[in-house]
Amino acid sequence: MALRRDWVYENNGGTCVAIAGTDYCVIAADTRLSVGYSIYTRDYSKICKLADKCVMASSGFQGDLKALQKNLAARHLIYQHQHNKQMSCPAMAQLLSNTLYYKRFFPYYTFNILGGLDSDGKGCVYTYDAVGSYERVGYSAQGTGAGLIIPVLDNQLKSPSPLLLPAKDAVTPLSETEAVDLVKDVFASATERDIYTGDKVEIMVINASGIRQELMELRKD
Amino acid sequence: MEMVAVKDSAISENGTERTLYPYVTGTSVIGMKYKDGVILAADMGGSYGSTLRYKSVERIKHIGKHSLLGASGEISDFQEILRYLDELILYDNMWDDGNSLGPKEIHNYLTRVMYNRRNKFNPLWNSLVLGGVKNGQKYLGMVGMIGTHFEDNHVATGFGNHLARPILRAEWREDLSFEEAVKLLEKCLLIAKITEEGVTISQPYALKTYWGFSAFQNPSKGAEGSW
Repeated sequence: MALRRDWVYENNGGTCVAIAGTDYCVIAADTRLSVGYSIYTRDYSKICKLADKCVMASSGFQGDLKALQKNLAARHLIYQHQHNKQMSCPAMAQLLSNTLYYKRFFPYYTFNILGGLDSDGKGCVYTYDAVGSYERVGYSAQGTGAGLIIPVLDNQLKSPSPLLLPAKDAVTPLSETEAVDLVKDVFASATERDIYTGDKVEIMVINASGIRQELMELRKD
Repeated sequence: MEMVAVKDSAISENGTERTLYPYVTGTSVIGMKYKDGVILAADMGGSYGSTLRYKSVERIKHIGKHSLLGASGEISDFQEILRYLDELILYDNMWDDGNSLGPKEIHNYLTRVMYNRRNKFNPLWNSLVLGGVKNGQKYLGMVGMIGTHFEDNHVATGFGNHLARPILRAEWREDLSFEEAVKLLEKCLLIAKITEEGVTISQPYALKTYWGFSAFQNPSKGAEGSW
């Protein structure tokens, strides 16, 4: 019999969403931590500020999630000591990819979105799979509620084809407040059907003036 | 260090020299914050499968000056964890600097120990509850077998998470007095005990039903082409 190693993982659920605009980025995750049909806690933050203009939202296995956050935070501290500056969002995106791929054969069971502003001050969203393949996009959703949210975002935001020449920016035409409202709507909707999403949604808005946090209550059932 | 080396060589030779399932286990631990502290509760049974093998196992121990640790799961693994913590506290005391490890530090240490052991595919088969007070700050956290961890105002391991926490969510308050807290825990434990020791099945009886809703009286009304 093959060696069973499924016990090393647990699915603690959670949903992450991010939207990039011309001069802002909205990144959000719910605060429910559950396993199976039971809830561990209704107030667990899955969002981690990695740099001044770079935020990561993650879902999946909480143990791996925390290990990944600590790893990246430590790597960013070293970067600051060596370069005397904050890491840029595209650089952090590559670091996250490498960090995930480093554990390709014993993966971090985490589904991440990285959001922030690039060096030009433009909003950016990077979306990942558990083993590190990644892509810069205009918007994304990850986690247990992603399947419910992605089609809505596709419908509302219509990202340009990556095959277009000349390449078009993958930023959304929405204003910051419109994007925040859309995020609130998709979370409220995902909460209706996804049992792993609910309780609260934590929304981070990153723009030139810094990072702002918002909390919205969701259904608790 | 020597013991670890011996264990590692045993692993490479046999491949499966690790906890594959627990032997002697303890059941749920329940913990909650109250007005001036943190309270933990657990029974003293040590089960060998379905046999109540040990009847006076202390599954709640104090760690250092500020913390309480409660454990469910494999009793021997819990005792090993206690040895780790004894050493940790001892080495911390040897600094003799007036500092001491609080519940937050102990909890963080335990999360790393549990997660590292699961990364070696050799888990400590426990769910741990860590509570404590330091500098007037209440702390209550939980760690699972594979390193899942979190803090909350009330926690429960194993079946307690199914049975006790719904009660705690409904009745827990920040300003619970000690007496009220004990009462609430007893209520939770009673339910945990009743359901874990067996079931009672009542005589069958019909449920009260109400068929008076208009949808029941004319179920096909508006069904065709209404949209």
